[in-house]
Parts: sequence; structure tokens; C-alpha cells
Amino acid sequence: MNAWSSLFASLFAVIGLVIIALLGVAPAVGLGTLFGVVIPYVAIAVFVIGIVVRILQWAKAPVPFRIPTTCGQAKSLPWIKADNLESPYNIWGVIGRMFLEVVLFRSLFRNTRAEVADGAVVRYASAKWLWLGGILFHYSLLTIVVRHIRFFVEPIPSFVALLSSADGFFEILVPTIFLTDIAFVLAASYLFFRRVFIPHMRYISLANDYFPLFLILGIGITGILMRNVWKVDLLAVKELAMGLFSFHPTVPPGIGSIFFVHLFLVSVLLAYFPFSKLLHAPGVFLSPTRNMANNNRMVRHINPWNYPVKVHTYEEYENDFREKMKEAGIPVEKE
Amino acid sequence: MSLEHLPKPEELVKEDVLTPPESPWMDTPTVFKPGTYSFPTAAKNLKYLGMPNPREWSPTDKDWKLPDNWKEIVLDGIRERLLKYRSFRVFMDICVRCGACADKCHFYIGSGDPKNMPVLRAELLRSVYRKDFTALGKIFGQLAGARELTYDVIKEWFYYFYQCTECRRCSVFCPYGIDTAEITMMGRELLHLLGLGINWAMEPVANCYRTGNHLGIPPHGLIDMWEFMVDDIEDITGVKVGLPVNKKGAEILFVTPSGDYFADPGTYTCMGYLMLFHELGLDYTWSTYASEGGNFGLFTSHEMIKRLNAKIYAEAKRLGVKYIIGGECGHMWRVMHQYMDTMNGPADFLEEPVSPITGTKFENCKTTKMVHITEFTSDLIKHGKLKLDKSRNDKTITTFHDSCNPARAAGILEEPRYILRNVVDNFHEMPENTIREQTFCCAGGAGLGNDENIEMRMRGGFPRGNAVRHVVDKHQVNRLTCMCAIDRATLSALCEYWAPDVTVGGIHELVANAMIMTGEHERTVDLRGEPLIPEEDEDV
Repeated sequence: MNAWSSLFASLFAVIGLVIIALLGVAPAVGLGTLFGVVIPYVAIAVFVIGIVVRILQWAKAPVPFRIPTTCGQAKSLPWIKADNLESPYNIWGVIGRMFLEVVLFRSLFRNTRAEVADGAVVRYASAKWLWLGGILFHYSLLTIVVRHIRFFVEPIPSFVALLSSADGFFEILVPTIFLTDIAFVLAASYLFFRRVFIPHMRYISLANDYFPLFLILGIGITGILMRNVWKVDLLAVKELAMGLFSFHPTVPPGIGSIFFVHLFLVSVLLAYFPFSKLLHAPGVFLSPTRNMANNNRMVRHINPWNYPVKVHTYEEYENDFREKMKEAGIPVEKE
Repeated sequence: MSLEHLPKPEELVKEDVLTPPESPWMDTPTVFKPGTYSFPTAAKNLKYLGMPNPREWSPTDKDWKLPDNWKEIVLDGIRERLLKYRSFRVFMDICVRCGACADKCHFYIGSGDPKNMPVLRAELLRSVYRKDFTALGKIFGQLAGARELTYDVIKEWFYYFYQCTECRRCSVFCPYGIDTAEITMMGRELLHLLGLGINWAMEPVANCYRTGNHLGIPPHGLIDMWEFMVDDIEDITGVKVGLPVNKKGAEILFVTPSGDYFADPGTYTCMGYLMLFHELGLDYTWSTYASEGGNFGLFTSHEMIKRLNAKIYAEAKRLGVKYIIGGECGHMWRVMHQYMDTMNGPADFLEEPVSPITGTKFENCKTTKMVHITEFTSDLIKHGKLKLDKSRNDKTITTFHDSCNPARAAGILEEPRYILRNVVDNFHEMPENTIREQTFCCAGGAGLGNDENIEMRMRGGFPRGNAVRHVVDKHQVNRLTCMCAIDRATLSALCEYWAPDVTVGGIHELVANAMIMTGEHERTVDLRGEPLIPEEDEDV
């Protein structure tokens, strides 16, 4: 399968999902309860159970060896400055390193681009765009998810209200367009277009990469559309959301179809999550090259499945070479 | 193959090298081009080690004489390793193909072969994992990035898992720390289940198992080599250094890669150790049984690491030493630092290392009880215990190559630099993207430093060669110093090709050149037997 077929297969899959939702909630079909209640519940169940199962699977696999990738000076002699964040020697260093990795994408910030010129010359240019795109994408997503809390609880928690008003600070258009909505769509588009336009990125990209991007872009775009273009009845949406949340689901009449498309895409994303690369979110915490201290020679690490192996003992060695050793004046155990 | 058969350096790597081909990688067949792959393991070596499927075969054969149930063996092997290694399981699941690793690999930069991007190297295995071990892969097949494990996939694995030096540079840049070395190690373990390995790794393994060292030097041969060095040292300095071998009750066991006994320029570093320990009056011993610090088991399987490494503690125990010092070596130090204690410890019969000269407690080694020679020597220098005459290294304008494993698996970065600054006046760093944790591999590690693989070595050596050329142009550097025996062997060829006129050597060669020994006569030559002051300078 080449890159384009992966891309278009993913695109058509997401368009297909949109059509399914539109058809499903069309008045003539009337599957509002399926798309508004059943599928979201199933999706959440699959998401939660899937992630728990996957994390247990990871956690159950032992870590036989302590294999951190060290990116700075280890702790050795007292007068040599050790780098506890890049080559952690205690738990605080590990926590610091993981914090930088998870919260600030430390490793991605190192990114460079190799450029080869004729005459066999290679140069390394700074390449922070991926880092910036990644940061924007993830933090807008986080903000948007937090903003959505206002649909699930009443009264709206003050931090959510505060976040929403900060996010809509510039009051562009009515209703206000959230800055994070724009940032989110821009960042996701950047992540998509770099896959299409950078040749080696196009080469390595799979449908597994395009599908979640289209899905999440679809979610973002439908979200913006129902807020700013085909406005839906937010009170009715909140009634549905709170019903789901309190296990008294109802599907109030009069919510626009675009909402069900949005909800369906979210449901698919949640259900897809535990089976996909989106597992990088929980997975990063369990990566042995990052979450272990470089204290190998200070603290012994135990391998739970360490087993005896066949070795060539000194005795066997001396048996092989005894006469020669004696001739060469090397002391031996048995004369 | 040799360097003469290669195109000129400036023609080997072209501007468009990184442009990917048209055909998708899953549909691109593997071509075994001479100069880019290593010869397979000779049957006798597999037989000696008791490893599966010993036979004579060639990668260019159509039939690789695999066992009939090869597929089952591999899939069972994957299943077993998914349960035993969290690293493997997590790394199979979480890659997002962001591409940050792609142009971090020296083999990709030099060859442009997309399957040398770390991300694709892992996908070679991950695609099979998806097909047989994940729900989506089973249902959607190629649409979910999954593919069938076929005979051709095995051939592809053999080609590309032996085009990775397990240097871990990609894992520095990966936002999840995915370590291709870990993937390659699993890939190689799986291949070994079918009897697929390379001789340049497995002959040393078999040798090491029998004689204690990779080169297969028997004990009396070692004595000859060391005595030869002792004589050379006497000629150069007038001092006859001691040569304690297999000495029971010594305080320290010294272990170093056998490459240092055998061939220039490693031998000069080895002479450096002999001189240093003699000058200190250190109560230490060499061992003919533990005569290899290196461990090509690391390039074979976890089990083989343990089988070869066992002799280190065993010999320390037999000789009754207090602790161990390890010489300049790269992958050896990954094994000593990250694997030895876990595999063959606890070393509770040894004592926490204390320098007998300075009294420094090496607290960072308190469980493994093994000190890196640069930790030991930098501590000596810091305490003013060595009389050093830097001017004896004046003709040397050096740069420092961080070896992959000390840098990225142990974090030993400052010690060697501290020593260098104290023994040479002319020390210039290469560009920052090519040193320390971002250091580029010599492209001959992990068993790939053989002659038949020379084109791929020189391609993989391109980023390192380029950085060396940079400091040659800027600072007239003429010496590439490193602390790794594989480096000393492979970087010599790399420099010959990419940066002629640059020699390669170890740190303790320079230490011993500068070190004023008690009772020495005036030195006129360095450890290489070359005049301390180059002749052409005298003429001026």
C-alpha cells in the first residue's frame, strides 16, 4: 500500500463515519438513542477497559534490565557535575526527567534536521516546528477537553468558566471563537500536512497515522461548526451530556445532526484509542529508557526471570590450556 | 572488499541521498549488494556454542536452509519476548511515526535507504507484531499497518537488523524514548533462533567462550603480547614495568577489550595502562581467563551476554581481588554498567571500590564494584598524583569521539575530557550535534566492523567523518581520540576514507605519553615509536 492509498482510505473511512452518523440520526431513520446513548456508552466502556487491559499488559511484563538512555553526565566523582535531569541518579531526577518529557516534550525539543549537500557534506539545522506543532496540538486538545466539563456538570466549576473566558478573550465573532479551537485545527493540520509534504514522512506514514488525524480534525471541525455556524441547542446538548454522565440518559429533541456527527466521531476515537498508536499517551510513562534512574552501578537491579546459563568455567578453561599456561609461567590451580 | 573499491568520498553520498524511492517499503524487496552486508556465521561457531541450525549458507542464496517450522519458531519467539521485556511490548505499541528519529541514524544519513530510518527498522518487526498479536492488525491487515511474516521478511530482517549498530542515538530524540537498540536486539535474537547470524560477531563469541577473549588468543599468546609491550615500554622510557598475570590476592582485577592487546592503535593504549599501573605501584592483575571486557553477546542475545560476562565476576572471586577496573571500551561498558550485576551478581564477595592512591571512594560503583578507568585516572589527576608533561603530546592536535555506549548508556562524558585537557594542550571539540549524547557512531559497532561490509560502514561513518573533517579544516586536528576498542579499529578505516591524515588512538596512550615515570630516561619518541617532535619541524 502506498502513502496515498493509506491517506485516502483513512479519509474515506472518516467521511464514511460522518455519513453513517448523518443517516442514522436523520428523522426518517431516527436512531438518535443509538448514536446519542448506546454508542457513546459502548465507546467509553471500550476506552476504559481497553486502556486498563493494555496498561496491565505492559505493567505485567517485567523490566529485566535497567536500560535508561543517558543524555547527560552521570553521577560519578563528587567534583564532576552530574546532570540529574538528563541522566537521573535518584527518584527526583527521574520525576524531573519524566515531567520534562511528558509536560514539555523535552526529547522532541532536541530535534534537528540533517541536510546533505553535494560533495558529501552534512549539516544539522534546528527543527523545532514539530515540537511546536506537538505542543500546540496537545495543549489545545487538553484545554478543549477541560472546557467540555461545563456540559457535564451543573453548576459549571469556576476553573472551567475561567478557562473558557480566557480562551475566548479576544471575543472574535459571536459566539466567540476559542483561541484553542483555532490552534487545534491549525496544529492538527500542520501534523497532517507535514506527513503529506515531507517526502520521508509520506513514506513512513500508515493509515494508522492518517485515520486518527482525520478523525480528530473531524471532531474539531464539527465542534466549531456547531458552535459558530450550524448552531445547536446547547441546553439540549447539556441535558444529553448530563444524562449520560448521571446514568439517566435521555435524548432531548431538536439537537442538530451535526452534534451527533461530532459525538459519533468522538465515540469512534475513544473506542479506537486502546488499539492504536494513541496509546503513546499512557505508554510514555512506562518507557524504560526514560523512567529509570541511571544508577546501575550504585543500586542493584533484579531480573525476575534471571536463569542459569551454560558458561565456560575457569576449571574447563584451565583444563584446555594447563600445559601451555605452565610453560608460560602462568600460575594454575591444578598442577 | 576494501576501501579502494569504493567511489571517492565526495561521490559516495549525494545531495539527493535522502529522497525516498517510489515503491512503498513493504513492497520493496531486499537486495544483498556486496559491500553492504556481513557474511553469515560459520557452522562450526554455532555448533561450538550449542546454537540452533548450524550450516553453511549465504545471504545471496534463494534457500537459507531454515528449519521447516521457521515461522512458528519466530512467532513463538516474539510471544515469549513480549512477555519478558516491557521495553519490547511498549515499543511495539506506542510509536506514532512522528519521524523525529529518521535522520538521526548514521546509516540512514549515509545510505538514504528508508528502511534505515529507525522508525522503519522497528516497523519491519512491528508490522509482523500487528498482524499476529493485535486485534486491528488481524482484522484490517495492511490497512492497519500489518503484514504477513514471510520468508522475504526474514531476509529483510537479516539485512536491516545487521545494519544497525545499536548506538541508541535515535532513542535520545524519540519523544517516548523508543530505543532501536532494543528492537534490533530482539530482532537478532529471533534470527538466531533460526540460525541466522553474522560470523564477524559469532566467531568472536565462540572464541570468547573458549579462550576468554574475542580474538581467540590462548593464555600463553597473551603473555607474549604483553611481554612485547613491556619490552617496547622499556625501549621508549627505560623503565621495565611489571606484568602481573592471574595473580591471586591482588587488590584489583583489570579487564579491558582484547582488541587492545592485539592491534595498533589499541596496543598503545594497552601500553598506557601498563605504564600507569606500574608508576602508581598498583597491586593489580591481568587475567588470561577474563581477558576480554568486550562482549559480543550484546550483539547476539541476552542469554549470550550473560554466558560471556559470567567469567568477570567468577575470575574476580577466584583471584580474591577487592574490586575491578575496566579499560577503555564502548559496548563493554554498556554490559558492565547496565547488565553485569543484574545478570551475574550480586558481587557481594567484592568490596566497595576505593582508590588506593587517593583514598577516593567510588560511590557510584558500590554495588557493581567495577570502576571505569577514566573515573580512576581523572581522580588521580584531580588529586595531583600524576606528574604530567603535556608538551610531550604537543604534536597531537586532538578531538574526542564519544563512544555510543559510554555516552548514551552510562553517561560518562566529562571524565575523558578532563583527562584529555590535562594531558594535551590542543583539544578541540567537534560540532555539538555530533558529540556527547548526540555522538555519531563509528558505524562498525554491534558486529558490523568487518571488511565485507565496508561500503555500509563508510556510508554509516559519513556523519562522524564529516565532523572530523570539520575540525581538521578548522583546527588542523590530526588525532581522533576515543575510549573504545571497536572505535580504535573501525575509526581508523573511517578516517582513512573520510578524513585522511587523522590518526586514531585511546586516552591512556596520551596519558602515558605525558606521564613522567620514576626513573625514566629522556624520551625522544612517543608510544608509537615516532619522534616526539616531528622531524620536519626540526628542519625549520
